Amino acid sequence: MINAVFWFFAGVAVLSAALCILQRNPVNAALWLVSTMFSLAAIYVLLDAQFIAAIQVLVYAGAVMVLFLFVIMLLNLGHASSDIRGPSAVAATVVICGLLVGELFALWRYTPHRLAAELAQAGPFSDPRAVFAAGDIARQEAQVRGVVGVIAAPLFQTYLVPFEITSILLLVAIVGAVVLAKRNV
Amino acid sequence: MLLGPSLGLSAILFSLGVAGVLLRRNAIVLFMCIELMLNAVNLTFVALAQLYGASGYIMVFFVMTVAAAEAAVGLAIILAMFRHRQSVDLQNINLLRG
Repeated sequence: MINAVFWFFAGVAVLSAALCILQRNPVNAALWLVSTMFSLAAIYVLLDAQFIAAIQVLVYAGAVMVLFLFVIMLLNLGHASSDIRGPSAVAATVVICGLLVGELFALWRYTPHRLAAELAQAGPFSDPRAVFAAGDIARQEAQVRGVVGVIAAPLFQTYLVPFEITSILLLVAIVGAVVLAKRNV
Repeated sequence: MLLGPSLGLSAILFSLGVAGVLLRRNAIVLFMCIELMLNAVNLTFVALAQLYGASGYIMVFFVMTVAAAEAAVGLAIILAMFRHRQSVDLQNINLLRG
């Protein structure tokens, strides 16, 4: 059952992404990208990451894509002519992306068992539960503390300094966006 | 567990994002393709977080923050660019070409 749902949303995600990069109209492309992001949120739920799924819908599909649509409509780009590059660029794209898919597709064969066997390097531990104890501990913790608690504890303890640096990054981005969008630049 | 299929799907989505960047000339669609690539990387992090614990989720957090900041600054740049050239087509933007 979970497999069927996963393949359905995977198909929707790939199809929407392909339509996103082939749509001439930027508004349509943005809406297909929203569809991809929703499918990815559904896949995150299947992968036991409910909180990340909620954040994905709120931040990506909600905030970032609305910002994109806002700029597209502000600049009145809704009826743009075709901007797909010429045949030489298409050939280069096919070659580069074919190579990329071929290389990354090797990942498809990975199961937790195989990854554990490779990491343990001929040791007796090819049981994923033994090699990846952290995942099991996190799953048990999620039962006790809830999905959000599992993420919040390391975020505010182990990763506290990166978290604070993130706030500086956001401040810089806000100031930069305001200055750049001012009329007399 | 769906580890392999998730990594494969992430590979396909990332490649589609690269294809979009190489194929399109519209600066805004280019930005959307970059968001698509970041999403594919997030999927990898979430898939591997099943095995390695919550650190993967934290990384997804930071990637999302960087993506939001990048979208805000990038769209402001596109806006400023549009004011100068009346176009977001990358063919018309050759200020840095010698």
